Amino acid sequence: MSLDQIFVFLKQVVVGWMPLQCQPLVSAILSVAAIIGVFASLFAITTVLERKGLGRIQNRYGPNRVGPYGILQPAADGIKALIKEDLVPRAADKFVHFIAPLVLVAPVFLALAVVPVGRNMVAIDMDGGVLFFFAVGAATELAVFMAGWSSRNKYSLLGAMRAIAQMISYEVPLILSAVTVVMMVGSLSTVKIVEAQAGYTGWLPDWYVFTPWGFAGFILFMIAAMAESNRSPFDLPEGESEIIAGYYIEYSGFKFALFFLGEYIGMFAVSGLGITLFLGGWHAPFEFLTWVPSYIWFFGKLLALIAGFIWVRGTLPRLRMDQLMNFAWKFMLPMALINLFAAGVWHFMPPGVVRWAVCAGLVFGPYALLGRTLFENKNITKRVYRYAE
Amino acid sequence: MLGEGIIKGMAETARNFLGSYVSEDRLTTVQYPEERLPQNEAARNFPFLVFDGKDPHIGLRCVACQICEKECPPQCIYIVKSKDKKPDYIGKPQFYPSVFDIDTSVCMSCQICVEVCPFEAIKMDTEYELSTSDRFGELLLNKDKLAKSNEYYQKIHPTEAAEVDERLAAEKAKAEAKAKAEAEAKAKAAALPKPTVPIPAAVPAGAK
Repeated sequence: MSLDQIFVFLKQVVVGWMPLQCQPLVSAILSVAAIIGVFASLFAITTVLERKGLGRIQNRYGPNRVGPYGILQPAADGIKALIKEDLVPRAADKFVHFIAPLVLVAPVFLALAVVPVGRNMVAIDMDGGVLFFFAVGAATELAVFMAGWSSRNKYSLLGAMRAIAQMISYEVPLILSAVTVVMMVGSLSTVKIVEAQAGYTGWLPDWYVFTPWGFAGFILFMIAAMAESNRSPFDLPEGESEIIAGYYIEYSGFKFALFFLGEYIGMFAVSGLGITLFLGGWHAPFEFLTWVPSYIWFFGKLLALIAGFIWVRGTLPRLRMDQLMNFAWKFMLPMALINLFAAGVWHFMPPGVVRWAVCAGLVFGPYALLGRTLFENKNITKRVYRYAE
Repeated sequence: MLGEGIIKGMAETARNFLGSYVSEDRLTTVQYPEERLPQNEAARNFPFLVFDGKDPHIGLRCVACQICEKECPPQCIYIVKSKDKKPDYIGKPQFYPSVFDIDTSVCMSCQICVEVCPFEAIKMDTEYELSTSDRFGELLLNKDKLAKSNEYYQKIHPTEAAEVDERLAAEKAKAEAKAKAEAEAKAKAAALPKPTVPIPAAVPAGAK
């Protein structure tokens, strides 16, 4: 028994003690408990690290009062959320208002069930894992609209409408960029996708991010993931400065905390899928590092991607609604389709430098062209006011 | 090229992130309860009453004229005039406030009381840590809490206090000179021999 398989082994031991009829149930409960425990604590750590990181980006300290270096801040936040008054507007649809946070949190945890976090460490090895992931991921849109609609507040309804428009628009490039990998591997199973990226060529691992179509796909996937998880610069549904907090506006206390949790877990889940599809899942980046346990590699990559999310949030301002839609339909979607074509070309060409050059050109040419025609051809001059001067 | 600006921005934030760990003077935050920013000389929040000397009762400049009470826009000042009098800084007997309350939860820091006071008795304080657990008793400041010495005033607003002191000293000198002149005149009058005034004869009745 190695350190790599210690959790798998422990689970087998516990399940072995149980009577035969209970074993599948106990096995499922153990997997679910592990997922909820690990990702919920990762959520707590991420909130404080995010606040500290954003603080440093803005040249300030960030939280540093609760516990050493402020690491106990999530505990204080949790207590605060729990003891706050739970307000429900009088005109609200009370049942839907109550159920919306639960409807948001349940599918994002479900999505984590198909993400392999280590060797032999996946809750369900489903044949259609990627499909399952996108199916339950789309259920969060329903929860967001339930929250916005049931609050009976114009801002929350506006926020929910924005959220729906944004999430549906960005779902298209998200799935299309993931399809390239599915096409290459020939399987929708997340475990098979990770296995397909196992080898090493020279000192580089065989991750799909190190191919032209994989790199472009990864970038597209992460941008769409950012929009899917409503993170800045795509936080229009929340838009504190315009529509106060969007569909959150009538939520307080623990329900708000659940929304917050759901948003972060959704971010982890979609980053986890990004790692599975493009960054080789739990595989080590170098051959001589394969002795390090696989789950450490997975969570290391996850934290790196989250750091990227935080970095982008600290850098970019919020998009305007028309910019958001233009970007999704005029840039992301054509790029995703072209990338799909490039992946097909990659598949049918013999390996070598020529294949690399052709595919890179296929991806990079349209990128430069689209960028020039869509974004740099605008005649931006000083605005002239006809009457207001 | 599309995305150049984003990369430039990311580099800038990364420089901020790393720089804040390296150079301390990038961080503009003041760790408040432990360290405080120095107060601006023109800072003001709530009024206080100035007294001269050591004893707040004897030295209190306020003469309970109640102008500030009448002028206060949110009506946060409450004054009760005393029955007896006490000498002011010149030595002239004046009334004093037997009650002087300011409700700091009502005060809007407009400084109008300071502008209208003819006796330089009320000034603006710079103290800002006034939070308390009792929102009714503790926020209503009475005369004892409001009275602060002239030295304190000079410490928080040095320029303004110097001007005020100069003006008061000039007034005092003027008053003293006047008193001296009056005393001299009186003394002169006393020194003069009394003019012999003929005692008028009894006025006849009926003659107005």
